Amino acid sequence: MTDTTNMTSVTESPVKPAQRPALPAPARFRFWAWLWSDKRALISLAYLAILVLAAVFAPVLAPYPPNQQNLMDLLMPPSAQHWLGTDDLGRDTLSRLMYGSYNALYAASLAVGIGIVIGVPLGVFIGFVGGWIDEVGSRIIDGVLAFPPIVLAVAVTGALGIGLTNAMIAVGFAFAPVLARTMRAQTLVVKNALYVEAATGFGASRLHLILRHILPNAIQPVIVEVTLMLAVALLAEAGLSFLSLGVQPPESSWGGMLARAYHYVEVAPEQMYAPGFAIMLTALAFNTLGESIRVLLDPTIKRG
Amino acid sequence: MIGGISSGQAALKVDNLHVSFGNARRGSLIRAVDGVSFSVRKGEIFGVIGESGSGKSTLGRCLVGLLSPSDGGVLHGDIDPFKFSRREMNRHRRKYQIVSQDPNAAFDPRMTILQSVCEPLNIAGEGTRAERREKAFAMLDRVSLSPEMANRYPHEISGGQKQRANIARALMLDPTVIVCDEVVAALDVSIQADMLNLFSRLQEQLGLTYVFISHDLRVVSHISDRVAVMYFGKIVEVGPAHAVMETPLHPYTEALRSAEPEITPAANDAKQRIILQGEIPSALSPPSGCRFHTRCPRVRDMCRTEEPKQRELLPGRHVACHFAEEMLAQSEGRGAGHAGRGTADRGASGTEALT
Repeated sequence: MTDTTNMTSVTESPVKPAQRPALPAPARFRFWAWLWSDKRALISLAYLAILVLAAVFAPVLAPYPPNQQNLMDLLMPPSAQHWLGTDDLGRDTLSRLMYGSYNALYAASLAVGIGIVIGVPLGVFIGFVGGWIDEVGSRIIDGVLAFPPIVLAVAVTGALGIGLTNAMIAVGFAFAPVLARTMRAQTLVVKNALYVEAATGFGASRLHLILRHILPNAIQPVIVEVTLMLAVALLAEAGLSFLSLGVQPPESSWGGMLARAYHYVEVAPEQMYAPGFAIMLTALAFNTLGESIRVLLDPTIKRG
Repeated sequence: MIGGISSGQAALKVDNLHVSFGNARRGSLIRAVDGVSFSVRKGEIFGVIGESGSGKSTLGRCLVGLLSPSDGGVLHGDIDPFKFSRREMNRHRRKYQIVSQDPNAAFDPRMTILQSVCEPLNIAGEGTRAERREKAFAMLDRVSLSPEMANRYPHEISGGQKQRANIARALMLDPTVIVCDEVVAALDVSIQADMLNLFSRLQEQLGLTYVFISHDLRVVSHISDRVAVMYFGKIVEVGPAHAVMETPLHPYTEALRSAEPEITPAANDAKQRIILQGEIPSALSPPSGCRFHTRCPRVRDMCRTEEPKQRELLPGRHVACHFAEEMLAQSEGRGAGHAGRGTADRGASGTEALT
């Protein structure tokens, strides 16, 4: 056994393709089949699709211009003319809701987008490099985390001027450290996994390790967190508009509508339902979709 | 250097290797490998035996460059891999692979077996996509894994199949040296023998050099040409596998040997085990003198103060024990039929019980 046998190169004896049983076609991800099998994802996605369509085609679909006042029909309950009633200035609630959905989706995407773009690379970087960079980075993250997002948004809008975009950039900056912290913790777990060491042993570069192994395996909780954040951002937009720091009247926003309804809660309590349910259902749809995506991305969970 | 081998033949040469973790100033320095020297000939199977915590896995990972030595060095042939830049190292290390202990953790859960087995070639940038797949299937065939497994995810196949795929993956870059770190420890006993035969077959077919790390004496002695016994970061005994197993020259090897179960109950009853006394010492403050003295059945005053040097007692057999000559004399005495020659040694009764 100790004698050095001739190095037989492995490539000399490949299995003839004919000997090999035909492989099943590589399992391609079939989106519609998945969607059909996961009814909760189907419903959430359908709801969100309707919302996007309503936002995009609001000028075409809305029964009334969103700012058209009809002072004869104030605080009307739902009726044939006004399906969801009218507000305290006689504006059609359904139309305002449709125009408001654009602001809601824009606000949520902007805030979460900024959070992802800053937070995920930052978290992977400090987690992967470790050492004093991790120490310093983690302390900074803890410091920023100490600010509640809404308070930060109030401060930023105070400094940069009131407006939805400024407010949502501020919320995005408040989200970034949350995502960075999750990503860092996951990176710390995954980077010590045996399969990462194995890839290192094959001569993989650090970039390969991060992109091929660490990111795909570490990102899962972040995806779930992002869907939760979309809901939080939606509520933040509503809250900031409620505090009149976000969308400015007369432009419509769900939070702003809720704020108005709040003033008339004793006279016309049903005013709260339309914007309130819109916010709640949208947040719920994001969360449900997030859970479905998490299950979809985990090959160890059997689907079907 | 040990073994008296010319450097031309050596596949691996380990010289006074130290690998430490932690921080000396904080008092948390752990010397996992503490002054180890040996060399492995090309085409040889070199066994490393030791209990958990003896530093054998650390040694294995350092041999393939996954850990850097804190002192001393490792030579791959005539090359010092730790002088390389990161880029050169990534290129060089393809020929020095390690097969890890736990096949269940060795695969990315998001990649199919085929993707994982192809990965080394993807990283190296060798061949076209079709060629890589072809080679991957050839490798899976070589380790007797059916092609249907290729499209499965790691959690969908058994531990034994995973370990086969793990070996196939390590072979993808045509390595010359493979460090096998407890490769059968995580497997059922029923497939351990199968796996060891696979390792032997691959070694013969591909002319590989193995460093075979295990805590299991049967495994190591079955497959190895030479073995090294590690205790607490140091090698206490090196020699040809059968010689070390049959006539241990270090009390620790002797104790390990006696702890092995016998096949028949009668033989098991007849055998008196050497039960090691005392606690396993703390890794933070290793014992003075001989590191084994806290548990050694043959301990004397000298052992507590003076660290034994490793010396060649018989041709090719190196021992680090002050009283190895006594053990040699005893075993020779037994061989000549004069059991119990009256050495006034506390451990003598234990040795006799081995026969």
